[in-house]
Amino acid sequence: MPKLGLDIDQYLRTEVLPTVWCPGCGNGNIVEGIGTAFQRIGLDPEKVVVVGGIGCSGRTPFYVRTNAMHTTHGRALAYATGLKMANPELTVVVTMGDGDALAIGGNHFIHAARRNIDLTAIVYNNGIYGMTGGQEAPTTPVGSRTTTSLHGAVERTFDTVELALAAGASYVARTTTFDMQEIPLRIEEALRHKGFSVVEVLTQCPTYYGRLNRIGDPSDMLIWEREHTADEPVTLLSREEMVGPLRTGVFRNNEDPEYIEVYREMCAAQGGSYAAS
Amino acid sequence: MATATKTSTNGKDTRRLIMGNEAVALGAIAAGCDFYAGYPITPATEILEEMARVLPRRGGVFLQMEDELSAMAAIIGAAWGGATAMTATSGPGFSLMQENLGYAAITQTPCVIVDSQRGGPSTGLPTLPSQGDAMQARFGTHGDRPALVITASSVRGCYDATVLAFKLAKRHRMPVVLLFDAVISHMREPVEIPPPPPPPVRNFPALAEGDPRFGDAPFVPFGYGPIAVVTGLSHGGDGLAETRRGVQTEAMIIDSISKLDQDPEIRAEWTGDYRLDDADVAIVAYGITARAAREAVDQLRERGVAAGLLDLRILWPFAHQRLREVAAKSKTIVVPELNLGQMVMPVRAAVEGAAKVYQLNRADGTLLTPEDIAAFAISVQGGQDA
Repeated sequence: MPKLGLDIDQYLRTEVLPTVWCPGCGNGNIVEGIGTAFQRIGLDPEKVVVVGGIGCSGRTPFYVRTNAMHTTHGRALAYATGLKMANPELTVVVTMGDGDALAIGGNHFIHAARRNIDLTAIVYNNGIYGMTGGQEAPTTPVGSRTTTSLHGAVERTFDTVELALAAGASYVARTTTFDMQEIPLRIEEALRHKGFSVVEVLTQCPTYYGRLNRIGDPSDMLIWEREHTADEPVTLLSREEMVGPLRTGVFRNNEDPEYIEVYREMCAAQGGSYAAS
Repeated sequence: MATATKTSTNGKDTRRLIMGNEAVALGAIAAGCDFYAGYPITPATEILEEMARVLPRRGGVFLQMEDELSAMAAIIGAAWGGATAMTATSGPGFSLMQENLGYAAITQTPCVIVDSQRGGPSTGLPTLPSQGDAMQARFGTHGDRPALVITASSVRGCYDATVLAFKLAKRHRMPVVLLFDAVISHMREPVEIPPPPPPPVRNFPALAEGDPRFGDAPFVPFGYGPIAVVTGLSHGGDGLAETRRGVQTEAMIIDSISKLDQDPEIRAEWTGDYRLDDADVAIVAYGITARAAREAVDQLRERGVAAGLLDLRILWPFAHQRLREVAAKSKTIVVPELNLGQMVMPVRAAVEGAAKVYQLNRADGTLLTPEDIAAFAISVQGGQDA
């Protein structure tokens, strides 16, 4: 297999490169973050499944050298829930875009969080539908231009972190592709966390979001990310007004009862031995 | 058609009075099902409830999902986690499952889906029977795929069909649909059911790195062999996407379809004959309507009409060859259905004019009675076109 010379080559399916992603896209940085986190923990690729939805981010499973499940649009978390329950020994990571996770898959997102099942959900938020050519997403900032909001988006914006917190996720963090060092850190924390973990990564789509909103080249978009965020994990729930930059950091990391453990206890009380292997 | 037998090792009647939905749950457990994901919907809910009661005791997984989209997705995920998985629903939920059903087909994932049909379209007639999903069960998902759809016309038949569905799902690596209806699902009959086996032990063939995972390859879930790539994109035996042309996927689908037609067990279970050998009038029916048609055959025989029944126990793949044989002998074919004419289409296509085909349809939530079918068969005997 070809080598990129990175420390994480063993976790990359290098023979399928190049990726489908555009030059300057931030998704590759997230893949690097996933590989780095895997390596730091020392995960066995045969015991890991990366489950993706549909869209740019959904292609991630092809590029990570572990088991890969590229599912249907919006349903990745539902596939992952069945998979994890069928074999809780597997580490299951779910990669979704903002449209995938919060529009078409919004229902599965809140219910996976409500169950607090031990999955790591990584939401690649570029504020737009990239694969289909730049349409408005539920995360598109108000006033932004997309091919379906050429006059400026008028719908209110979903906040992934607020939604995950409200729905019951027990680990919730947000970072950006500008914060390269932080991506693997957050993913590693999420992987080590027992329960439903959400890591939102703001990522740049220079081809559509950047171009339509005249932000500039990919490096300008990274600076835009820095200028529009602040490392201060406070939320709408705890702030007087939702003003100023989007906050990043770890918003919740608690030990709420995890679904598989609760289910195991329920089985045991009925005389059943769940996932006894 | 399997009928209830009264066995008596100690002179006692050991039959149990159960409804079709309970028979499905018992059949699933007997077949080694250890994973159920579903969403409540009439008239399939008792399957969900029974599995919720039984599976935790056996250490299996019961998941009540947020909708039918996720129920279908969860059983596919579960199969790739090594489970023997099923879901059950009715028409509205079955419609929601169609996209993921296509995913199960293209990823060659064994799983079982029950559709207890009710009147449609839309919310329709939730507590009344229908056979309106016969075509949806075959063609509901976009694109072409192999399809295996099994019916039943008795409570014992529900049990046997369920056991068969799991067996064929595993053998052919594909989603298998059990097509019942509100009456079969809720009807109670006394049946003899063997005691459930112990919980299944997972066992998959050993694979080496680089062995193909799709096409003719055995189904080996994640974690039981080398790493695998599973995608709903067109792919080759290695699972990697082929997006420029779908040559390998097309070949795999064609191959799966032809393998179904050659399966000896499918051929054996395909259709059930009743008094068909010397029949001038062949009634072609399935599910609850086959049950009424069987009685109609007896009534017609009493009135001097040589009638017989061809029960389509396995609806899809369609028993083309058997239909041609029947049409060569019986020059009149009657197709009663609880819809506005669905399975009559492949019947006509198979017969190709060798016999006259008459359709009797009803889609108002009322069953066709034996008297309805017998009277219709007599009315068309004159030979006028329907």
